[in-house]
Amino acid sequence: MTSLPSPAPMVTTTTEAFWKATSEGRFILQRCDACDLVVWFPRKHCPECWTENLATFDASGEGTVYSYTVIRKVANEYKQATPFVVAYVELAEGPRIMTNIVGCDVDEVRVGMPVAIEFHDTGEGNALYRFHPVNG
Amino acid sequence: MSIRGAAFIAGIYEHPGRDLPNHTIWDIHAEVAIGALADAGLSMSDVDALFCDGTAGFGVLTLCDHLGLRPRYVDSTETGGSSYLAHVGHAAAAIAAGKCSVALVTLAGKPRTGTPPVKWAPGPEAGFEGVWGTASAAHSYALAAQRHMYEFGTTSAQLAEIKVAASIHAQYNPHAFLQNVVTVDEVLESPMIADPLHRLDCCVVTDGGGALVVVSPEVAKKLGKTNAKILGHGEAVKHTSNGRIDLTYTGAVMSGPRAFEEARVSVADVDYASIYDSFTITVLQTIEDLGFCEKGKGGEFVMDGGLVAPFGKLPFNTDGGGLSNNHPSNRGGITKVIEAVRQLRGEAHPAVQVPDVQIALAHGTGGSLGSRHGSVTLLLGQEDA
Repeated sequence: MTSLPSPAPMVTTTTEAFWKATSEGRFILQRCDACDLVVWFPRKHCPECWTENLATFDASGEGTVYSYTVIRKVANEYKQATPFVVAYVELAEGPRIMTNIVGCDVDEVRVGMPVAIEFHDTGEGNALYRFHPVNG
Repeated sequence: MSIRGAAFIAGIYEHPGRDLPNHTIWDIHAEVAIGALADAGLSMSDVDALFCDGTAGFGVLTLCDHLGLRPRYVDSTETGGSSYLAHVGHAAAAIAAGKCSVALVTLAGKPRTGTPPVKWAPGPEAGFEGVWGTASAAHSYALAAQRHMYEFGTTSAQLAEIKVAASIHAQYNPHAFLQNVVTVDEVLESPMIADPLHRLDCCVVTDGGGALVVVSPEVAKKLGKTNAKILGHGEAVKHTSNGRIDLTYTGAVMSGPRAFEEARVSVADVDYASIYDSFTITVLQTIEDLGFCEKGKGGEFVMDGGLVAPFGKLPFNTDGGGLSNNHPSNRGGITKVIEAVRQLRGEAHPAVQVPDVQIALAHGTGGSLGSRHGSVTLLLGQEDA
């Protein structure tokens, strides 16, 4: 299994804190003080009640595969890493987030599979969050 | 207020080219505009409203300049491949409000021979969706297909039936990019692009374009020909819902009922449907979401020639659709409207013309089922509908 490249993400003033946390091996989420919604992706306003008081907290890093695909051919920086898996993982906290599944053969990935987070350094002060299967 | 009967589609034109190395997109816009106006029996000087997407230079400004138009109403609504169906609905509303009487809608693009892809400012999601290796719409739509299979037991062979039906229709279209009839096995044996989507689950990539002319009832009457009456229009944006995306349904769940309500017709009244077919899964989910079958039963619905014209349960995409005929500018919306109008006029190829079409539906999906997309449903009918 080839390892995946870790391209640096686009970081904005709004998402700086999120990405800085990844460099410390933390995946932080926002929760709205007013309506209790766990927000994804990071914002300045709650997208349900539009208030601005969003508190951050450390997520568990656990989830399950909501859906996935195996990309067999691609022309971008992942070209040498095919085949690889892109998935939506449903976090224990609720949000379904796009990511890669690593640490297993691409043909072993299944919807509903329990997964846990790991971090891959981009070399630019942050890390990509990916998920591997856990025995569950 | 409703747009029911407030406007008619009087002119249609689909560029015959699929590979246009010697055209600029501006040439294509002009050719399709002139073609659709000629079809309507109108000329460029009659046009008082212009609708185009957000990919054409500075939108309506560039295009008015290029075409020599001086409209009193313009609209560059951008919802990807569904934009042109939105344009029809918006044109009808503008006509109903007295803002214009002859609206031109054009689309042109050259994904095969040279137009660089449109670069928009990255959205706020870019940092969270752009780093995982996805590079094409197929990768994103595959996520929707996989989840649909998981929840409802939909199979690759069922998805393949959709491509088979499109290919059966395309054999009669001399302009279709792919005119060969394919089998379920051929779809399943085509290379896997992004599981579970095979190459033949994906639409074609073609240069080209198309245009529509939407007119007021007064103008329609003067033209002395059969025009398609606009009965209803519904649109919706379905997005990731703050990380709670549900990949098993599309925005048609919202746009469909809006259009049917305005048109005052039901699903059972639809004689022919143009269903956006960027991928086979797009069709399957849309058929369910518009109510042609129960949610999750789309796989059964498309089997045994369910979509094959003229006598299937729901004759669809009789031009061969995006899957076999044409997907100009990587956007199939305008050709969906064009073929629906051909069916209403009785101008589809005789082998695929549905007898006595009273009500036709056209549905567009722009963006991605795997993240965010615009859905637009149009209902069209005969003049007395």
